[in-house]
Amino acid sequence: MSLLPLDLIGSILIGWGGLGLLGLVVPARWGRCLLFPLITGLSALMAGAGLWALQGGAQTLVLPMGLPGMPFHLRLDVLSAFFLTLLGLAGSGISAYATGYFRHMAETRAGDFQRLILLYALFLASMGTVLVADDAYFFMVAWEGMALSSYFLVTTDHEIPAIRDAGFLYLLMAHLGAIALLLCFGLLQSGAGGDYAFATLRHHSLTGFWSSMTFLLALIGFGAKAGLLPLHSWLPEAHPAAPSPVSALMSGIMLKMALYGLLRVLFDLLGQPLWWWGALLVGLGSLTALFGVLFAAVQSDIKRLLAWSSVENMGLILSGLGLTLLFHGAGQETVAALALAAVLYHALNHAFFKGLLFLGAGSVLHATAERNMAKLGGLIRVMPWVAGLSLIGILSLAGLPPFNGFISEWLLLQAYLLRPDLPQPWLNMVLPLGAAVLALVGALAGFAMVKFYGIIFLGQTRGLVLGEVHDIGLWERFGMGWMALGCVLLGLFPSSVILQLDTVTHVLVGQGLGASAARHGWLWVTPVAASRASYSPLILFAVIVVSVGLTFLGVRRFFHGRWRRAPAWDCGYPFQTARMQDSADGFGQPIKQIFESFFGLSREIPSPFDPHPHYHSEVRDPLWGLCYLPLVRGVDRLVKMVGVLQQGRISIYLLFSFTTLLALLALVTGTLP
Amino acid sequence: MTLINGLLQGGQEILGILLAPLLMGWVGIWRAWLQNRQAPPLIQPYRQLFKLFHKEVVLAETASPLLRVTPYLLFGCMGLTASLIPMVITDLPLAGAVDVIALVGLLSLARVFLALAAMDVGTAFGSLGARREMLVSFLAEPALLMVFFTVASLNASTSLRFMVTGFAARGFYLYPSLAFAGVAFLMVLLAENGRIPVDNPETHLELTMIHEAMILEYSGRHLALIEWANALKLLIYFSLGFALFLPFGLTDSLQGWGILRALILFLLKLTVMGAGLAVLETVSAKQRLFRVPEYLGTAFLLAVLAILLHYLLGS
Repeated sequence: MSLLPLDLIGSILIGWGGLGLLGLVVPARWGRCLLFPLITGLSALMAGAGLWALQGGAQTLVLPMGLPGMPFHLRLDVLSAFFLTLLGLAGSGISAYATGYFRHMAETRAGDFQRLILLYALFLASMGTVLVADDAYFFMVAWEGMALSSYFLVTTDHEIPAIRDAGFLYLLMAHLGAIALLLCFGLLQSGAGGDYAFATLRHHSLTGFWSSMTFLLALIGFGAKAGLLPLHSWLPEAHPAAPSPVSALMSGIMLKMALYGLLRVLFDLLGQPLWWWGALLVGLGSLTALFGVLFAAVQSDIKRLLAWSSVENMGLILSGLGLTLLFHGAGQETVAALALAAVLYHALNHAFFKGLLFLGAGSVLHATAERNMAKLGGLIRVMPWVAGLSLIGILSLAGLPPFNGFISEWLLLQAYLLRPDLPQPWLNMVLPLGAAVLALVGALAGFAMVKFYGIIFLGQTRGLVLGEVHDIGLWERFGMGWMALGCVLLGLFPSSVILQLDTVTHVLVGQGLGASAARHGWLWVTPVAASRASYSPLILFAVIVVSVGLTFLGVRRFFHGRWRRAPAWDCGYPFQTARMQDSADGFGQPIKQIFESFFGLSREIPSPFDPHPHYHSEVRDPLWGLCYLPLVRGVDRLVKMVGVLQQGRISIYLLFSFTTLLALLALVTGTLP
Repeated sequence: MTLINGLLQGGQEILGILLAPLLMGWVGIWRAWLQNRQAPPLIQPYRQLFKLFHKEVVLAETASPLLRVTPYLLFGCMGLTASLIPMVITDLPLAGAVDVIALVGLLSLARVFLALAAMDVGTAFGSLGARREMLVSFLAEPALLMVFFTVASLNASTSLRFMVTGFAARGFYLYPSLAFAGVAFLMVLLAENGRIPVDNPETHLELTMIHEAMILEYSGRHLALIEWANALKLLIYFSLGFALFLPFGLTDSLQGWGILRALILFLLKLTVMGAGLAVLETVSAKQRLFRVPEYLGTAFLLAVLAILLHYLLGS
């Protein structure tokens, strides 16, 4: 019997689980030096297996375990294979980084670290299992395993009350989502007869109202995981609370599981989409993106800024998904394939650049023990590795050519601009607004990233002693370098990536871009036709290098190269201090001022005569007041009403039972003749 | 053919680089005339560049390598952008690699580096300038993209070459959407080049300056490169405007006279529009910084209206 990709992937999943269990047994030092590199190796293997599976057809396997009569089904198709590749590629960089990052923890808190290995490995394994599960039951088991293992990872530092709160909120939202998913699968199965295997659901199609209900439940369930508005509130709390490699896993990979789930349900299990599903997704996604980037621009906590930016990116991805649904529903498969390729590409890109930036933030946090950007600054001089690699990350996130964030946004813009011909004329007119939002979000992401990098790494330090700060070790360099390399390569060779994505788009929407996108060779991307749009990042990169190089050589050839150092110019005011630089709050202040009505803003500005001036400014999520608090109050009221029934006296309870019994008897005798 | 086109593209880049300070000088002369001042000679910007190139570079003690790389990167990016825009001929071999969206990305790359380098030294003015520049750009950049999208939707292409030749193929029509887009483009041009309603290129007043605040720490050849790149940026925006809204005269063929005619027309357009810019700047007043978002928001809305109008009326 020859080895098949599914066997390999199954063994890797079991391997992850086994390594995690081993972590509980072996000493912490061994766990870090041996088990984490092994987890890294398995991740790299997973990437290879995923790429391998991307070339072939679907494979299924029924495990001899599960509930009686409901064995676990596994299935590996190209959609799973793509996300498994993403998991493996990003997971290996993050795990390599984690090997070095947890050095301190393994030495000082050995017990906690042993548990962390188990949870970390289980987290990876459950994400992989979500991707290969082929029945609703197994899917939910894996999905819950993912939620629980990440919950315990988030609360690693549970002695801090804020982290406990964040973890609780996360757990709550994860379970709200899980309930919606359970109902969604229930609806999908209703009336089909037989079991909950996806194969059964696939052949059973819903129509009309129930199909829309299923869509909405899937949107709530997976949207809660993806941070879709208004279910996003847990994301900026929980992602920053976790240890940084875990934040990278959650933002980079776990959010994509929600995308996978939506793709699986919408394109594979549920039948023909209705037009308003796509329109709703485009609208909600665009809103989420705008909302996320605005909040990212005003944060002053490094990891929270990145978490809000994840909300933004998931918004972009989901708006692209909506676009795919719209065009797919209208039978325009070329544009649908273009939008879907952009979505998948951006998912991959986001895993890399957000992973990279979270790892960079983790290094800063680890070296300085400071999350507040207002206290950082000037780290480029003491942490050149982190600063250099993070620079690639921020350029990618800001969507600048020739890095990877640009190419997926470019594809998405092309999908928006390709003359839409939908049956709903008003949608044709409104769609360009989506492109406008996308352009605005891209520019605001640039603002947020200049702030992020400029305040943390550039300028002078705002209170830290830089001499005590150290750069990262070899493992961390390798992990971050891997992620940065991914950002560069994904940006420079888009047509090769699109060719890989092609199999997925073929399966989901029946069309691919490969034939047209790579028609002019691997150097060029031409999504539809060369006269429509073309882009070649490698050529662009080469001419940028040549043109910058020529400038340098020209200046050196004709003029001298003398330079000397002097104090920075003080503008005639000799008492310049580092505190006169912009703080993170100051840099975001224009955004606060322009969008003041949009934020729930509270500010305390001291008077000029105040001997002890204290400046305080807080940005709150307005949706807390609009959605969450009313909900909490409603639940509270309901609970109080139930409380009326509970008097705590046995005779009252007996009375309840008695009346219930009487009512039931009356009902039974009334209906039975 | 490709070789000749490649040479022409290189020639166009050199033409742009050499012409840019002249355009600055020309606008400066007109501003002086309109303000009843004695005008500097036309070649004054070249003299300044020459002087700066010969001066020694003084780096701040806290400057990192980023500050030293940025001038070259900025100039390289601007020079490259200038070579990608159809100023004289439309059939440029490299133009296929970079469409308008990537072009905006390239300008944005240069700007992000300039803003980062401004924050590098760690003085109050540097970060203030960087913050203001990013404030201007986060509204100006989407407005510029929407202008491009309007023209791109008209010609069913985001490649500059086909956007320009698309107009030529269809002859002369008046498009209402283009009128909106043109106004929006003009507003963005003023904002992105630090011109008067938004920024004043001649002032170092800390309450208002944007671009000048970012480049306070540069000296010698670094400053020269940045000033030159800035002049080049103005030329780039002018030629983009010509290519999108006044594309007559641009040639696709390599017949000698066509190129010469296109070149003369290009210079003529620059002459007229350079003077026009000076007039526009003289008659308008510098706005408060927090009026700038309103101004740019208007530009963005106009550009969005343009594209909506295009879809409403059909092409």
